[in-house]
Amino acid sequence: MLGNILVNALMNAGVYAMLAVGFSLMFGVARIINLAHTAFYMVAGYCIFYLVSTAGLPLPLAILISIVAVVVLAVVVYRLLIDPMREHETTVLILTIALALVLQEAMLLWFGGYFRSVPAATAGYATILGVRVSFQYLLTLGVLAGALVAVWFVLMKTKLGLAIRATAQDREIAEVMGMDESRTATLTVAIASALAGLAGAIVAPLYILEPRMWLNPLTIVLAIAVLGGLGSLKGSLFGAAIIALAESLVVFLVPQGAFLKGAFSLGIMILVLLIRPEGLFGVAFEEER
Amino acid sequence: MVRYLNWLWREFKGEILVLPGRSILFFGAVALLALPLVFRHPYALRVLTMASIFAIFAASWDLISGVVGQLSLGHAIFFGTAAYTSALLNLNAGLPPVVTIPLGALAAVVAGLAVGIPCLRLKGQYLSLATLAFPIILAGLVMVFSSVTGGELGVSGLTRLAPTRLKEYYVAVVAAIVLILAVWKITDSKVGIIFHAIREDEVAARASGINTPLYKVLAFCLSGLFAGLAGGLYAHYMRIAGPSTLSVLTSFQPIIWVIFGGIATIYGAVVGVFVLFPLVEVLRVAPELRMLLYAASIVLVLRFMPEGLAPWVIDRLERKCPRCKEHNAFTRRACRVCGTALRVPQEKGVPSGG
Repeated sequence: MLGNILVNALMNAGVYAMLAVGFSLMFGVARIINLAHTAFYMVAGYCIFYLVSTAGLPLPLAILISIVAVVVLAVVVYRLLIDPMREHETTVLILTIALALVLQEAMLLWFGGYFRSVPAATAGYATILGVRVSFQYLLTLGVLAGALVAVWFVLMKTKLGLAIRATAQDREIAEVMGMDESRTATLTVAIASALAGLAGAIVAPLYILEPRMWLNPLTIVLAIAVLGGLGSLKGSLFGAAIIALAESLVVFLVPQGAFLKGAFSLGIMILVLLIRPEGLFGVAFEEER
Repeated sequence: MVRYLNWLWREFKGEILVLPGRSILFFGAVALLALPLVFRHPYALRVLTMASIFAIFAASWDLISGVVGQLSLGHAIFFGTAAYTSALLNLNAGLPPVVTIPLGALAAVVAGLAVGIPCLRLKGQYLSLATLAFPIILAGLVMVFSSVTGGELGVSGLTRLAPTRLKEYYVAVVAAIVLILAVWKITDSKVGIIFHAIREDEVAARASGINTPLYKVLAFCLSGLFAGLAGGLYAHYMRIAGPSTLSVLTSFQPIIWVIFGGIATIYGAVVGVFVLFPLVEVLRVAPELRMLLYAASIVLVLRFMPEGLAPWVIDRLERKCPRCKEHNAFTRRACRVCGTALRVPQEKGVPSGG
């Protein structure tokens, strides 16, 4: 039981963390609440499904192509639709909702509303803490850890990361200091969507694909990003861990818990916000006028 | 009597006919009321009934999010609370819709307190994202207590809103006109000015001695009241209250309508609903492409009219007097109030201070 809870929580925490880090980055740098973020994750999942089952490509190649496709899609959408409207915050909000709906309907048209699944990359399982853990899970966890470390490295150790963090802190000063704000924002969108794509690629063999699969993770990702503090990476990681653990606990310990997992994690978010209105690691932004 | 009629006509001419925007809204309302006299297609009546109910819902969202600036992503909490309360009271206590809908709205006001008070500490995006959580939490509870709420299936078999389809249409349309005028009046009143002030600059409003937390909670309750009335009407019209009334998409829908129509204007909310809701129905001719076309048309329209549809149209039909700031029809050469020449086209208008 305990093993089940922990393994499940770890897995979900990884996926949530990848989605939330991307979402949080995009909010921090480009000041966009991107409600289509998890739609990109869905698109990546479907893309892999198509490449593997219809085109017959090997899984790693399919994953690579899908991530590139998602990044290109996200950057094109950002440059064409979102960037020109950034001054109108609320308009951006529904643009991203509409975008998510467009992607959902496109997937529905293309693949139908059936539940799809992608064959796993590896077979077999290991026994950890008395729980059977398939190698797919372990592989996934490895990739997750790798991706998060890579993001951390880019953000903390490279010039680009410095620019991203500076822009997140203060857009105008970063611009004055000679950082190309628009280029930084575009690159951030690319990184964030790559993370969403990778998350989609990772869950594709584990979860079931369906055109509405973006809606549930979206609320969870929003909860995590707010819980941890918008724009804070550390916050996203901790938030993901907390929410994933809470979800697993509810699902395994409370009767009818599957219905309550969303309610429970969002309840935690509201509680944290009541105590710390700017989230766990959020910085109270000076009012931007 | 004649003198009164004469006065009414002068008021009508001076306040409504002089401005194209107001005329369009007025004649739109008249057309809605008169439509069944000439055209009684049940499907068209149904679409317009739903649109009227949703117009109330959209206006209530505009009140809290547009006017007061507390962007709520979880407006379904009010709609769903009222729908479920009305439905359960109607089924279990046998109360008629006249009683259950106001009681449902009252429950939504309580929900407004429950959301508004914790959210006082939150600002901006944090507030939006926190409000998103409330309907999802309630939906989870609805699922768990399925013996009372019917779980996934919801509560069905409610009393009809009115005995015939035509009467239902009139109940919805009259309710929409009265309630939306009420919301509009509120935004125009002294309280409304305080609401606008809170959106524009909360710190300044506070510094001017306005008890902003009180007004924010008041706004949440008022918004909850109107959204609740819409929720109750909806439940009795559909004769079912299901978990879909609490879904994320129910929360997103008023956002789409209002921003499409023009935020913080109230009339924009109405325009948005009456354009987009029938549009979805018309798009049924291509069922697979329906949502795709819907979303794509929203994206395209907003790409070129970022302020929304209604303000864009008003900008073209009306001109603001540079001296007294009164609106004038685009045909006039001189301001109708102070007589200043109106030759220069105004810079891009901002919807009532937004």
